[in-house]
Amino acid sequence: MKRLNTISMTLAALVIVCSWFLCTAGAEGINREDIYDPGTLKPIDSQLSVSLGEKAPDFRLKSVSGDMIGPGSYLGKKNVLISFVPAAWTPVCSDQWPGYNIARPLFEQYDTIVLGISVDNLPTLFAWTGEMGDLWFPVLSDFWPHGRVSSQYGVLRSDGTSERALFLVDKKGILRFIHVSDINVRPDLGMIIDSLKALSR
Amino acid sequence: MKRLLVTTLFFMVLSMMPVPGIADCGKMELDFQLAVPEEQSQKGYLGLDDGKTFALSDIKADMVIIEIFSMYCPICQAEADKVNRLFELIQADDLLKERVKLIGIGAGNSSFEVDFFRKNYQIPFPLFSDGDFTIHKKIGEVQTPCFITLAPDKDLEVFYCREGRFKDPGQFLDHLVKPLKSPEDTP
Repeated sequence: MKRLNTISMTLAALVIVCSWFLCTAGAEGINREDIYDPGTLKPIDSQLSVSLGEKAPDFRLKSVSGDMIGPGSYLGKKNVLISFVPAAWTPVCSDQWPGYNIARPLFEQYDTIVLGISVDNLPTLFAWTGEMGDLWFPVLSDFWPHGRVSSQYGVLRSDGTSERALFLVDKKGILRFIHVSDINVRPDLGMIIDSLKALSR
Repeated sequence: MKRLLVTTLFFMVLSMMPVPGIADCGKMELDFQLAVPEEQSQKGYLGLDDGKTFALSDIKADMVIIEIFSMYCPICQAEADKVNRLFELIQADDLLKERVKLIGIGAGNSSFEVDFFRKNYQIPFPLFSDGDFTIHKKIGEVQTPCFITLAPDKDLEVFYCREGRFKDPGQFLDHLVKPLKSPEDTP
């Protein structure tokens, strides 16, 4: 009986240790083994359909948390940095938002919210962003009608993914900064913060 | 039978745990240059002369620990406090603080990003930017974080390299500095 108790306790301890490892792994980032590497892609594969100084096309997309959100939700309240990323579970994208996550004080210093957008569906985005830890900004799905918002901004690529693109919309809803990056390269945070600084001048 | 069951389960659990990767130490080209830090204290810490750039072999130490990190890497973010603790342990040891130096290289991180990472996690040891991944490519595109130890005065002989997180800074440091200990130091 004593031996049976020992075995039960050992098993329980093993289950606890195992659960701990599985739970904490997600909070500390995405396992490299889970990343799909598409290789080097055509740097830019779309044509912008918006310009600086124009009113940013408004939209409402469902966020991972279930709310319908768009730049119009922050009109008169916050600047909005729309961050399109090409696809979940791919190399550069999987790092980009975790970087913006720790840069929260910088964005808040300039009264700016980030809206992350991908053409992936919500379940995929839920699983993917869950592995990044707690993101402080909303992540929106542009899955259906597929890539409608990406297309509206002119950043939908011919393979159905979006560009790695940034659009800064000021509190009046005007586009003040646009950057369509080489899809294979992460845009420099310094450049983004410079664009926020320029807004406050 | 029961012992067999427990043993099997134990190894099943072990196999599910995340394990650190082993970087390919043999393929590392370490003959790159880094910018001399502007801060006098960091220049002094590494024992560098004035100048614009330096090589790893210019660092005055018996061992250099290099952390390859990225501001964007969630594991590097989560490990930052532990790496700071590693530095504190080295500095608290009168023998080690003269012999072992710790630096970080931000793979694909601009100077702005490296500086933000430094401020955000209050990192006390020198960090360097590798904005265009030049160094990262030279050392075999290791995953971040990656820890490399080498001897600057012995043709940059690499003692150790390891990708991924570590558990306890004290134990990790003991392991890293083993090559510095003479046989008579070992109990």
